[in-house]
Amino acid sequence: MTTLIAILVIGLLGALFGALLGFASVKFKVEGDPLVEQLDALLPQTQCGQCGYPGCKPYADAVANGEAINKCAPGGEDTIKKIADLMGVEPVALDESHEQDNTPKVAFIIEDDCIGCTKCIQACPVDAIIGAAKQMHTVIADECTGCDLCVAPCPVDCIEMHPVKETPQSWRWDLNTIPVTHIE
Amino acid sequence: MESIIERINNGKFWQFHGGVHPPEQKWLSNDKPIRPLELPELLVLPLQQHIGSAAKLSVDVGDYVLKGQPLTYSHMPMAVPVHAPTSGTIEKIERATIPHPSAMQEPCIYLKPDGKDKWVERAVCDDFYSLSRETIIEKIANAGISGMGGAGFPTHIKVNQKPVIDFLVINAAECEPYITSDDLLMREHSPSIIDGIKILDHLLLPGHILIGIEDNKPEAIRALQKATEGYDKVRVCVLPTKYPTGGEKQLIKALTGKEVPAGVIPGQMGIVMQNVATCYAIADAVINDTPLIKRVVTVTGQSLEKPQNVWALLGTPVEFLLSQCGYKEAENSMLVMGGPMMGFTLPSPKIPIIKTSNCVLAPSNKEIPTPSDEQECIRCGQCADVCPSHLLPQELQWSAKAKDYEQLKKLNLFDCIDCGACAFVCPSQIPLVQYYRVAKAEIRFQQVQEIKADKAKARFEARKARLEREKIAREEKHRKAAEARRAKMNANTQEASQAKSAVAAALARVKAKKGDDAQEQEQVDNTKTEQKLAVVAAVARAKAKKEAKAAQENTSSSASSPDKDRVAVARAKAKKLAKAQEADTTEVQAEDTTADNSSANDKKARVAAAVAKAKAKKKSAQSAVSSASDTTSEKAVAAKPKDANEKDDKKARIATTVAKAKAKKQSSTDIDNPAQEEITKEPVQAVSATDDKKARVAAAIAKAKAKKLAKATDVEPEVDVNESTPDNSVDDKKARIAAAIAKAKAKKQQAENK
Amino acid sequence: MTYWIASSPHNHAQSSTAALMRLVILATLPGIFAQWYFFGWGNIIHISIATITALVCEFFMLSLRKRKVKPELLDGSAILTAVLIGISLPAIAPWWVAVIGSAFAIIVVKQLYGGIGHNPFNPAMAAYVMLLVSFPLQMTSWQPPLELMQFSLGFFDTLTVILTGFTPDGFSVEQLRTHIDGYTMATPLDTVKTNLTLGMTVAESTTSPIFGEHFALGWEWINIGFLLGGIFLIYKKAIPWVTPLSFLASLFVCSFIAYAISPDSASSTMFHWLTGATMLGAFFILTDPVSSATSVKGRMVYAALAGFLVFIIREFGGYPDGVAFAVLLCNMAGPLIDQYTRPRTYGHQVEK
Repeated sequence: MTTLIAILVIGLLGALFGALLGFASVKFKVEGDPLVEQLDALLPQTQCGQCGYPGCKPYADAVANGEAINKCAPGGEDTIKKIADLMGVEPVALDESHEQDNTPKVAFIIEDDCIGCTKCIQACPVDAIIGAAKQMHTVIADECTGCDLCVAPCPVDCIEMHPVKETPQSWRWDLNTIPVTHIE
Repeated sequence: MESIIERINNGKFWQFHGGVHPPEQKWLSNDKPIRPLELPELLVLPLQQHIGSAAKLSVDVGDYVLKGQPLTYSHMPMAVPVHAPTSGTIEKIERATIPHPSAMQEPCIYLKPDGKDKWVERAVCDDFYSLSRETIIEKIANAGISGMGGAGFPTHIKVNQKPVIDFLVINAAECEPYITSDDLLMREHSPSIIDGIKILDHLLLPGHILIGIEDNKPEAIRALQKATEGYDKVRVCVLPTKYPTGGEKQLIKALTGKEVPAGVIPGQMGIVMQNVATCYAIADAVINDTPLIKRVVTVTGQSLEKPQNVWALLGTPVEFLLSQCGYKEAENSMLVMGGPMMGFTLPSPKIPIIKTSNCVLAPSNKEIPTPSDEQECIRCGQCADVCPSHLLPQELQWSAKAKDYEQLKKLNLFDCIDCGACAFVCPSQIPLVQYYRVAKAEIRFQQVQEIKADKAKARFEARKARLEREKIAREEKHRKAAEARRAKMNANTQEASQAKSAVAAALARVKAKKGDDAQEQEQVDNTKTEQKLAVVAAVARAKAKKEAKAAQENTSSSASSPDKDRVAVARAKAKKLAKAQEADTTEVQAEDTTADNSSANDKKARVAAAVAKAKAKKKSAQSAVSSASDTTSEKAVAAKPKDANEKDDKKARIATTVAKAKAKKQSSTDIDNPAQEEITKEPVQAVSATDDKKARVAAAIAKAKAKKLAKATDVEPEVDVNESTPDNSVDDKKARIAAAIAKAKAKKQQAENK
Repeated sequence: MTYWIASSPHNHAQSSTAALMRLVILATLPGIFAQWYFFGWGNIIHISIATITALVCEFFMLSLRKRKVKPELLDGSAILTAVLIGISLPAIAPWWVAVIGSAFAIIVVKQLYGGIGHNPFNPAMAAYVMLLVSFPLQMTSWQPPLELMQFSLGFFDTLTVILTGFTPDGFSVEQLRTHIDGYTMATPLDTVKTNLTLGMTVAESTTSPIFGEHFALGWEWINIGFLLGGIFLIYKKAIPWVTPLSFLASLFVCSFIAYAISPDSASSTMFHWLTGATMLGAFFILTDPVSSATSVKGRMVYAALAGFLVFIIREFGGYPDGVAFAVLLCNMAGPLIDQYTRPRTYGHQVEK
């Protein structure tokens, strides 16, 4: 009899809490996956695909599902640190296979060599190259994310990645880089 | 409102928080009149000498220009022109170090004076009250006037205020130690300054005009008071000497008791501020039609024998000013443009004077010793006591060192005016301002990056949506076309067998395509005309060359470009070629349809498709040769092992590049061949991609084939070698099996379609 | 020749941490002089012992931490800490108390937390509290002022007492503490506290000779000495005036209220001001910039809190004086106080 009561009570409690949990899951359902959105906001949005995913959002998705956080080469250490903060994990070094200098770059089309094949236009993830078939193409520098994806498809190798030039306005007060004149 | 004026009339002013009293050292230069200088040998005029953007060049190298002639023209409101400070020839226009903390190189005009100092024609205007507001503003804009107190904001924008102006504040505080240029200008040219103020009065119609001046300039105060006698609107407000009274926000607080809210410009609250030197320049421009070509510069410091204020032409190198004032080089190890509190060091004395340069300071080594080592902050809080913006510098410093930009924003870092009072008093010698500047620049950079990232994201999403739309549209088109064809077939049974097979092929092709990604699909476009083939040929040649180059460089450069993309391109080309052949020969067969429709993403299926396609191409190529209807002689040469998962498969890559290099050699022997040639890269999909060995084997085979081909072409130019299909080779079992399966499936499908 | 590239400002007020510390040490002299006058050589000997210990510990810690030894060793902060410990010890406490206290202050409280500028607690007070908790007997062996002592206590006597526990004449510390009338006497604060538990009123307690003519024989002058030193520092702008003022005002208000409510169980306001470590705390401990709050408003709150705590501990706590405990508690509250007392930045929260 005692056993029966125990079983009943435990069973009842189980059912009760189960119902409670079920109710809570419906009532407090989180719409969408804000984690992915937050991760996506941290990524540099170069859409370069160097992480092995076709864009930043898919990588954010993957990270949310347990992918390594150190695959974003353009973001570099800063981005890894931010993702680590968000995910509550230890920041790790940038994946070695993705090691590259992440100085901001911008694509530049050597217009004399361009044959107007439109391949780079198709490759550009942010539509930052304009031109038409058999017309010379050019890069909208302001829109270019420096992702490097247009370089490979170019059949005549006329796209170069130039580092973004520093101007007095964008100078970041690095006094050590100032060339000093030596006077005898 | 009236209470403010009453207070001012009673000589009572407000206090801003903090401030310091650094040694003034104005006595060095304020006892001598402003000295005119002879012409320097060369003038260097940076195109941009103000905040905003550089104006456009209107002269060329070798041009002879007259004094006062504009060298640039303004193409937008924030661009301010630069004028020739004297007559002479433009020697060159090139980048030179500009007077900016960064000491970067920017475009400069080099003007070689001819010594004649010949003016352009000027129209002196005696009565500016007769001029319209617009005319005066235009005159100011054309004279190239920008704020001469330090920041260099274009004046014509500042005086073109829409809102009602309660106070026009004339900044004569000159709170920086050492600098006396405004002081001397007021002593000697008060009437002109007052003329400038009258012009501003005429333009802005302010309620009151307040001249804020520190009490350490008694002579200038007397001169101003004398010049403003009978000018009721003007009050000369003598403020106690304290650094930084001359800061815009601080002066407004001291004179009117109002604080400029963060993120608001004073104009929005009915206050406009102008520097006295700017007033003088305005008077000169409007009355004498003289553009801004010279300014008073304090050349001072104890390493000079005769520190003095001089009338320096814009573009005069600092070197020249120093030599004119008895520069003792040995005693000096630091050149500062501007004052000791906010000025910046110059890396070389060749840097020119510009519109905002009010002082050149050459202190002796004793006067301003080189900075001592930074020590730990002891949180003494003196910095917070002197901060005129009422910030907490030591907390900012910790956050700046920790790169905690969020916290910095919370602590209102951007209200810091860089005045340097905190670093001046810091007992631990911490260069606080430098930390803030770096942090501010970094935050600005990040903000720009964020905006860019948002934009990139939006554009990426838009592109994805567009591609999706296009894909759906294309599918729809295909479907409709197929339906139409089927309807036609049903109606006309005579050609059924032929048509059906064609339809089946087309369907299968569509399905195969579906398996590949969108990028590839894009590239598989209609390229049937001969012209296009020619382009493709050129492209291929270029690519082969590129590859050869890469091979020469021992594959070092090829490492950077992703294999995957190259493969994709190659595959696309192969497809294109196959298609082109189809157009000409009707013998295109079901091999093409081997793509397994059920498993679109299945790799094996893709491999099979590729293999099958390659075969189809081979066949069609053969037919092309046999029928001789095609004028194109073809050489499909390439070998390219693909292993998607491998990143480190160097050997395979080397092998490939070697093979390609050979192909290039071969192609180069055929360059004079008028026949169009096509070098296609056929991707060999190493089926078990992880297997390094197989890839290498495939590469080796490819190499061998390439060699063979090279030999063959020596003998006979029209040879079709399609070597890269692995089922031709001996050992690639899996590929063969896959191909067999694909073939079987294709047959089955064909049968079904029948 | 090369031109220097540096960030503005290029001139400097030429103040330095070391100069600041020197000034503060200098300002302790009047108080130390008063201590010497009323209690003999004991504290000066302790100051010397503590200083030597502090410098040795600082040297070792800086070497271990691979810091630049010379500038940090000579910045005077370690010496100041040692001086403050020396001042706060009972004059005839054994020598090892000073050594342990000083070593603890430098090694644990200062250097282990990251050295100058990083210690969350005032090293001198943390060391004092540690000593008080660990060695209650030695730390409460206060002697009566010299004039009330049964025996004379010269420099040599004091030295041997500190080093061996006995004077050359063979008197022990306990004997030295004996009052002229034969009682063993504690500090005035101690006396009040003890007497209250015995059911005596404060007024009755103050008839005891150690209270002297005014508030507390000797102690009042020591406090006045530190007050003078503190005023000198404020005049020199070495310490902010807000902290001591707020602290003293808070203590005054608290004790005034208590005295007004119950004059029998609460001591007078001036008694609070001029006994114990009140002035030392107000001008030399609470103003320690490293461990205090930083903004003006913050300092005001911080010091007021300290005053309140000192009063509470003196009135209701188990210990007779509460400055050290109050300071440590406030040190803990410092960052929080800073968080909530940020000044209004120019141009923020103004009506547009």
